[in-house]
Amino acid sequence: MSEKDMKETYEGAGVSPQDQADNPVDRILRQERMPHIWCPGCGIGTTVNCFARALEKLNIDLDNLAVVSGIGCTGRVAGYLKVDSFHTTHGRAIPFATGLKLANPKMKVVVYSGDGDLTAIGGNHLIHAARRNLDITVILVNNFTYGMTGGQYAPTTPFGSIQTTMPYGMYEHQFNIPKLVAAAGAVYVARWTVYQVAHLTRAMTEAIAKKGFSLVEVMSPCPTLYLRRNRLGEGIDEVKRFKEWAVRKDGADVNDVGISRDKPLIIGKFVDIERDEYIDLMNRQLSKKLGDRYTLYGVENGEV
Amino acid sequence: MKADPKGVLTGIHFMDGNHAACEGALAAGCRFAAGYPITPSTEVVERFAARIPVVGDGVFIQMEDELASSIAIQGAVWAGRKAMTVTSGPGISLMQEHIGLAATYEIPLVFIDVMRGGPSTGLPTLPAQGDIMQVKWGSHGDYEIITLATSSPQECFDLTIKAFNLAELYRCPVFVLLDEVVGHMLEKVVIPEADEIEVQERLWTKKTPEEYWPYDPEYGMIPGMVKAGDGYRIHTTGLTHDHRGYPNLNTKTQYEMVNRMINKIKDNADKIIEYEEDGVEGADIVVIAYGVTTRVAKKAIEDARKKGIKVGLLKLVVVWPMPEKRIREIAKNAKALIVAEGNMGQLVYEVERLAAGNCPTTLVPHPGGGVHKPETIEKAILEAAK
Ligand SMILES: Cc1ncc(C[n+]2csc(CCOP(=O)(O)OP(=O)(O)O)c2C)c(N)n1
Ligand code: SF4
Ligand SMILES: [Mg+2]
Repeated sequence: MSEKDMKETYEGAGVSPQDQADNPVDRILRQERMPHIWCPGCGIGTTVNCFARALEKLNIDLDNLAVVSGIGCTGRVAGYLKVDSFHTTHGRAIPFATGLKLANPKMKVVVYSGDGDLTAIGGNHLIHAARRNLDITVILVNNFTYGMTGGQYAPTTPFGSIQTTMPYGMYEHQFNIPKLVAAAGAVYVARWTVYQVAHLTRAMTEAIAKKGFSLVEVMSPCPTLYLRRNRLGEGIDEVKRFKEWAVRKDGADVNDVGISRDKPLIIGKFVDIERDEYIDLMNRQLSKKLGDRYTLYGVENGEV
Repeated sequence: MKADPKGVLTGIHFMDGNHAACEGALAAGCRFAAGYPITPSTEVVERFAARIPVVGDGVFIQMEDELASSIAIQGAVWAGRKAMTVTSGPGISLMQEHIGLAATYEIPLVFIDVMRGGPSTGLPTLPAQGDIMQVKWGSHGDYEIITLATSSPQECFDLTIKAFNLAELYRCPVFVLLDEVVGHMLEKVVIPEADEIEVQERLWTKKTPEEYWPYDPEYGMIPGMVKAGDGYRIHTTGLTHDHRGYPNLNTKTQYEMVNRMINKIKDNADKIIEYEEDGVEGADIVVIAYGVTTRVAKKAIEDARKKGIKVGLLKLVVVWPMPEKRIREIAKNAKALIVAEGNMGQLVYEVERLAAGNCPTTLVPHPGGGVHKPETIEKAILEAAK
């Protein structure tokens, strides 16, 4: 996105010009690694802006934040953030994060990765992490494609879309990601697009603050390998389209939020429930069985 | 540093190799294990799951597969823990990508592999030594690992501690190999007092966050480590990276990174290598073996000696890195080398390379499903002595 387009996008979602001037992303980026690798018009950078704002709002100690990415264009996010940040292997950011969080429960752990990484090769880890309800947050950037490898079809590619390995148009069914993770046990699930930056930022804030497994699906343009190939224009065209296409339905039944290019794109907060968290459950069960022989794990001053 | 008494089950036990390996890990300070059940290794994590809540300040988690367990432990190591996973052949095959990652991250990690017959699902409950090359070469690219082979429950305890210590010292994946029969063999295991067990502490950096980069050598060739949450705000990646841990995809960085990763092991090989010799000096025939095969070889050697043959045993305790200098020397003085191993011929090629034509090398193979008969090895000794 151009500077001007970006500005319009933010204004569209009600971020004040003042806020834009004082961009918290500058404080969290590894400046020595700029410029980043993302194409002009790519939405991933916008998601990172929102993430930086979310962290600012949460006012958390960045020393206690770890960001873990898999592999892909989105997978490069970890490498640009000036926090403890880990670029892992394709699909395995979640189990890495699981080990990190379990080994040091005082860390806030965020997994930041792409739709292919998290739902295809890493799909099994995604549902098991939701099932366990360990306290981690997943930011899933859905650009309908495998960007990094040149635009092959993903489990998210809409019907009819052309991709290099689907040259005559997508005919496989898609994952409905909110439904998938909600069914597996996620306690917070939201979907926004890079157009609604203020909502997206708030959702990230809520997800990180929420105890248990939370996921924010962010719809994001990949102009280079998805949009152009499907004659859908540039990044900004998709962002504008998001504005028309998206219909906000908080609390929507996750059965109804599957994505199709010729149906409204349902966005909003779909799931926000309470369910026992992994370490709490472990502590409860082990104390019950072992009594005094067990010392609560990961507990400081009586707080997990 | 001495072992933390909480993890040390001091006493004289009658225990199988799998349980002893678990006790070795706990004594060494391992407080995080992730695994996926697989015969014949499962008892190791079953015991860890039972023990860790009472040892305290640690976790076991059964992950959804071996890909997950072999990377969950890497998250735990970056969070400051000593960690391991436990598996057998099919699981080691699945873990290969993450063995390469651990080598590239340069983190201390222990993989316990209780070997069963392969290939594929093979012989789940029966022994073989078919993973000896896979643990060395299984992941793509160039990297170094350390491997220890056990032949008794006592060694399972002792060598698992050693594995953790080596992992910390050299910041690399370390494998502990158990043959299925060693894992399930009950023998006396002596677990000493905690203050008699030497454990290697992590090589924590002495630098401040301002001076620190994750891959600047600090202890010889080895970089100092930090853990997430300490304010160093590091980045690391499996991509070829520079001293800052930042991706840098060019030949120069690749050359520097790979060279240091390899040389930190190669140049310290003399300190890592461990082997036992029995009558090798002055022997005409030297049998080279590892793991349970050394037990059978001992019987074969005893019998051959009764027939007047001058035969010795070189038992590889550390298999990787190989005692290259010693095998070269032996090959110059002996008439023949015999490699007995529980596969159709793997380590024999390394020995043959090191013998460099100075003497012939004979393989005594075994396809797996059992261990060699002493007579088979003895026959090879007698044949070579002709
Ligand atoms: C084991 C393995 N298989 C395949 C790849 C190649 N690969 C790299 S990124 C990627 C897809 C990434 O897609 P997605 O997660 O949607 O990220 P995006 O680039 O779209 O942000 C693939 C298949 C790999 N790096 N590792
Ligand atoms: S290929 Fe697509 S997803 Fe990747 S950086 Fe370019 S626009 Fe973004
Ligand atoms: Mg994608």
